[in-house]
Amino acid sequence: MSAASHGPAPEQPASFDFTAENMERAKRIIAKYPQGRQQSAVIPLLDLAQRQHGWVTNAIIEKVAQILELAPIRVREVATFYTMFNMRPVGRHHVQICTTTPCWLRGSDDIVAACSKALGIGLGETTADGQFTLGEVECLGACVNAPMMQIGDAYYEDLDAASTVRILDDLKAGRKPKPGPQVARQTSAPISGLTTLKGNGSS
Amino acid sequence: MPKLKVDGIEVEVPPGATVLQACEAVGVEVPRFCYHEKLSIAGNCRMCLVEMEKSPKPIASCAMPAADNMVIKTDTPMVKKARNGVMEFLLINHPLDCPICDQGGECDLQDQAMAYGRDHSRYGEGKRAVKDKNMGPLVKTIMTRCIHCTRCIRFANEIAGVEELGATGRGEDMEITTYLEKALDSELSANIIDLCPVGALTSKPYAFNARPWELRKTESIDVMDALGSNIRIDTRGAEVMRVLPRLNEAVNEEWISDKTRFACDGLKRQRLDRPYVRRQGKLVEATWDEAFLAIRQRLAGVAGGRVAAIAGDLACAESMVALKDLMAALESPHIDCRQDGAKLGAGVRAGYVFNTTIAGIEQADAILLIGTNPRWEAPLVNARIRKRYLAGGLKVGVIGESLDLTYKHQHLGAGPDTLTELAAGRHGFAEVLRSARHPMLIVGQGALARPDGAAVLSAARALAETFGMIKEGWNGFNVLHTAAARVGGLDLGLVPAEGGRDVAGILEGASTGAIEVVFLLGADEIDMSRLGGTFVIYQGHHGDAGAHRADVILPGAAYTEKNATYVNTEGRVQIARIATFPPGEAREDWKILRALSDVIGRKLPYDTLADVRKRLAQVNPVFARAEALAPAVWTGFGTAGSMTSQPFASPVRNFYMTDPISRASKTMAECTEVFVKAKQSAGKTGTHG
Repeated sequence: MSAASHGPAPEQPASFDFTAENMERAKRIIAKYPQGRQQSAVIPLLDLAQRQHGWVTNAIIEKVAQILELAPIRVREVATFYTMFNMRPVGRHHVQICTTTPCWLRGSDDIVAACSKALGIGLGETTADGQFTLGEVECLGACVNAPMMQIGDAYYEDLDAASTVRILDDLKAGRKPKPGPQVARQTSAPISGLTTLKGNGSS
Repeated sequence: MPKLKVDGIEVEVPPGATVLQACEAVGVEVPRFCYHEKLSIAGNCRMCLVEMEKSPKPIASCAMPAADNMVIKTDTPMVKKARNGVMEFLLINHPLDCPICDQGGECDLQDQAMAYGRDHSRYGEGKRAVKDKNMGPLVKTIMTRCIHCTRCIRFANEIAGVEELGATGRGEDMEITTYLEKALDSELSANIIDLCPVGALTSKPYAFNARPWELRKTESIDVMDALGSNIRIDTRGAEVMRVLPRLNEAVNEEWISDKTRFACDGLKRQRLDRPYVRRQGKLVEATWDEAFLAIRQRLAGVAGGRVAAIAGDLACAESMVALKDLMAALESPHIDCRQDGAKLGAGVRAGYVFNTTIAGIEQADAILLIGTNPRWEAPLVNARIRKRYLAGGLKVGVIGESLDLTYKHQHLGAGPDTLTELAAGRHGFAEVLRSARHPMLIVGQGALARPDGAAVLSAARALAETFGMIKEGWNGFNVLHTAAARVGGLDLGLVPAEGGRDVAGILEGASTGAIEVVFLLGADEIDMSRLGGTFVIYQGHHGDAGAHRADVILPGAAYTEKNATYVNTEGRVQIARIATFPPGEAREDWKILRALSDVIGRKLPYDTLADVRKRLAQVNPVFARAEALAPAVWTGFGTAGSMTSQPFASPVRNFYMTDPISRASKTMAECTEVFVKAKQSAGKTGTHG
């Protein structure tokens, strides 16, 4: 994250309202917390609003603050603390490549280069058609399957340049690429196949 | 009571105390940045690391509760190395701009780097830079210097009660800011300048004006409100450079309001530095002799009953007693110190002071505010109520305007009708007051400075008696004043004598011609147009309303320019000390009155300040005991009567400009623009946040 990226975006929509359906969801979320502790719902509510609008605007911060009876600065502190909240507009597909040490050792530089080439944008940029935003993030906790990237809610793991380009091409074409390991590996099991727990349990 | 050992010295501390407090108790200095005894504990600067036996690593002493049998060491190589390391990390991103930093010379980071840091830097990489933030007209920010101690955030949240400051981002990207860089809207905002341990938050009006070692420091008393905040006046030559708070747990703790701090630039503007006499309708410069002569000529042959005097809101006790004695010598009964017409009598002290005391607020469990906006009338009384509120279990009811007071309260009603209802027990809040162990009420000038003020005072007194606010060891009846001079004036009996006129009567008499000569001792807040054709003598320090109307101007001294006695709203007698000399020909006020008395042949019997103070104590023994505060005796006061149903309104409509000094201040004018006018144009009133 660059120093300026958590400041408010220069262009802000004037207002924000949850859709009726999301408002219902918000109420259910708030109801999960004990009386007087409603402000604990600040993260799920910000997430809900981000899913609805794409990124966190000032109007969202103020709306959430109003619903939870918090000062806007308190909500802003939370929103800017977590990198998962986008404080600027992002494309339809938010491509986040992990470049922390394990992924980097396993070739995340190549993944960044492949994405950059395939999309024609650098890190922190959005394609002209608004479809893709490319970003690098810190460890997403999938080091066993390094290198990896997250697009939307899905993890794409065990990447190389070719599989990365294929995923992006699928997304461009409107197809849904298969999440998870992009090699013949079962979830996070060893790539050479299981080494333990192979028996049927009788031995 | 945990008993522990600090550097081999055994110490017993109260339960809940921290290791750092235990260290302080034995006189061991522990460096710190984020810890502040008036704020919650953050534990994020790590400067206070000490060694604890049986702990593998150093502990943050500010956040570690002291426990029995702890063995703390603060002078071991481990501690030295830990502090050294923390300091090195803190300095990694701190700019080396001390020569151009206003904090230089009074900077915690500078001092502690000298004491605990390395002699050079090993950091060769680029430092981070942070964009400066807008926090309004008072606080200047240089955010690259910030070390993220979060004192300012905690102050705004906890003491000031305005949740506007916060830290956005995290790690290296963490930045302190107000929400969307709005100006920090609090009457106490500038205290974060004092709290900031580095030069990130500095004083905007004082920017690049002086270095601390060039300043002469005078301990004094503030007069911007009736609280009598303890201040330190920093001067260079003849100029007041700044005003800082001084610790007094009983009054202002260690905070002062923004007006107290920044109105001092008004001391340099609009000053009356020589006598003036009106000739052919124009005020012309004169000598003292000419001015006194003009007064003598006008007074010649005028009966005492046709002379009147009004003491203003900033007058010191010395000048008021001289004025009173002078009026007595002239045989005039028309004297008053209540410019606003508050219906408070002299005599029964319990009837016009803040009996509970400001520190006493912390014992209260129910507070009723009547016709007062403490946030604007006395911000530190408000901060004290908030402090009590945060401790839990406090219920506050408000009769008067609906306000944002920074704590939860119940708005009971707007005017005297609610007071009547409450007294009759017909209001829900009556139960709260009845069941409270230490209930108190605060009557503001907004409830007293009105035609039915005496009846309101009497109703408030009845209320206090009905709800058990007056008992052994507790007096919950309080009058909150807005004028620094008022309690002193009432203590000295500057109220109309037998057959005398009060302020309204004097103005009435002036417009009909029954009063021929009016002496205004710094009185600027009356309706000058009603003075008619009277001969007006104005003695004061600023060319405000009074001086414009005057026929003779006698230039006096402002509160920073005289050794003077003030009595705060609690009835606490405090001594202000001279920090600079009055400008030009201006003189200390009691001396002017003494000199005038000689010229008009009514010589006052005192020649030195000690004589005047003896006279003060003679008029009222409270003046013999500065700083001491004795409970006032509860006897009857107030006159029962009928009250109108007109709602109460606080007399302070603009916190930043309430007296001749703050009205002359450029800084206060800026604050008025940013904080008051902006809200008025947005269609809001009072202190709606």
